[in-house]
Amino acid sequence: MARHIIAAVDEIPPGGRKQVEADGKKIVVFNLGGEFFALLDRCPHQGGALSGGILCGLTLSDEPGRYHFSRAGEMLRCPWHNWEFDIRTGKSWFDPRRTKVRAFPAHVEAGARLVEGPYQAETFPVQVEADYVVVEV
Amino acid sequence: MNIIRPIAAAGRPAAATLGLVDCDIHPRCADLGEYRPFMTDAMWHRLTTYGIHARHGFHKGYPFPKAAPLASRRDAWGPQGQPPASDLGFVQKQFLDHYGLDIGVLNPLQPSGQGDVNDDLSVALAHAVNEWQLAHWVDHDARLRASIVVPYEDAAASAAEIRKRAGDGRFCQVLLMSRTSEPLGRKRYWPIYEAAAEVGLPIGIHAFGFSGNAMTNGGWPSFYVEEVQEHATSAQAQVASFVVEGVFERFPTLKIVMIECGFGWMPSLGWRLDNSWKRLRDEVPHLKRAPSEYMREHVYVSTQPIEEPAKGEHLLDAMEWIGWDRILYASDYPHWDFDDPRIAIPSFIPAEKRAAIFGGNARSFYRL
Repeated sequence: MARHIIAAVDEIPPGGRKQVEADGKKIVVFNLGGEFFALLDRCPHQGGALSGGILCGLTLSDEPGRYHFSRAGEMLRCPWHNWEFDIRTGKSWFDPRRTKVRAFPAHVEAGARLVEGPYQAETFPVQVEADYVVVEV
Repeated sequence: MNIIRPIAAAGRPAAATLGLVDCDIHPRCADLGEYRPFMTDAMWHRLTTYGIHARHGFHKGYPFPKAAPLASRRDAWGPQGQPPASDLGFVQKQFLDHYGLDIGVLNPLQPSGQGDVNDDLSVALAHAVNEWQLAHWVDHDARLRASIVVPYEDAAASAAEIRKRAGDGRFCQVLLMSRTSEPLGRKRYWPIYEAAAEVGLPIGIHAFGFSGNAMTNGGWPSFYVEEVQEHATSAQAQVASFVVEGVFERFPTLKIVMIECGFGWMPSLGWRLDNSWKRLRDEVPHLKRAPSEYMREHVYVSTQPIEEPAKGEHLLDAMEWIGWDRILYASDYPHWDFDDPRIAIPSFIPAEKRAAIFGGNARSFYRL
């Protein structure tokens, strides 16, 4: 797996996203309250580009008439058929075992470390004093 | 296991060896002003001053938005923010060219005037929508065909609109909705069928519309997910009405296609009708054959949204009953439940049958 620097941290605010291409793959990266998650930008159902979907929460119920809304902003809905995916894992809510989006490890690295490491930064210079989002593809 | 298919790229289904024909595309006007050139001053005034009068109690329709804005794919807005399927250039790029469509049938839904309580406005809008389909779509892309939108609650006016289009190959069907104020087999609608048979066009019946009645047999549903199932139940009521009222006896060349209504219910409806007919035949002596025989001669279905039983053979059984020559591919573009032709028609259906579904059947049905 190669490590790709895909954005400066400031570029993707909490709740935001960025579509990038790394190793020939279209990938969408989300910032969830400072944590970053990277998913293949293609729905496993019929192929909709997930980067165009909305983020919502998880609505559950233990019995008719009782509803619980949680995990606001953590569930990704495909822009086509509304399939729900957990952006932390890429698993679909409906069929988590068999239907999931490929997830790539993502984390934040300090620029000071990146300028020397085995990283690939395609499009912008890395500055020592800034932090960057790194995705392993 | 990650399921990764190479479907982000453009391309058409390999099995579409008889062409790729889509019988369900929903164009939309970006602005009502697009209809203006095709309306009289009086009807334009009425439309813009008083609006439409849907045959039901809620201003914007049943649950809206329907799971997605304008019930559409979220990627279906054009680069300048044009509403879904309102801009020919973007429809070509995102859909017609992307999938390599040979022919696409336009089914305008809203606002089209169909079912409007105000008869004069219904007639005027339907006519305008027909002219608009030609001026904005069909005359600019030879792959597209228009539907004759008719103000179906006024059968005489509908028949006149159909006859106006006689011989115009840019139109390939007469469009009705599945929710009508009375079951479509009733004689008040027969002038529509008479005109359609006369000009040699089939009838497309698309799920939706405003009937003035509760949309389900059990009353008003609480959820959108229930409304989606109603597409199949209203379709059954309409097919039963066509058969039992004797429409196909009276108009033996008439063919209908149920669009976006599913089709898993077809065998069950045929079995039940046949069973009852054996016992109650003398109530409907105008039927000369078993009801299922009329269904399998006159009724076609479209694929989207296709039933997805756990066992593929169940789907094959239903398709076998309906007839492999009477199932038409539909995408429903640009709506949110759109079907990618390369994914939606399962590969366990034999290749030559998929070829018929993708193109051969529609070419024959629409005489393309």
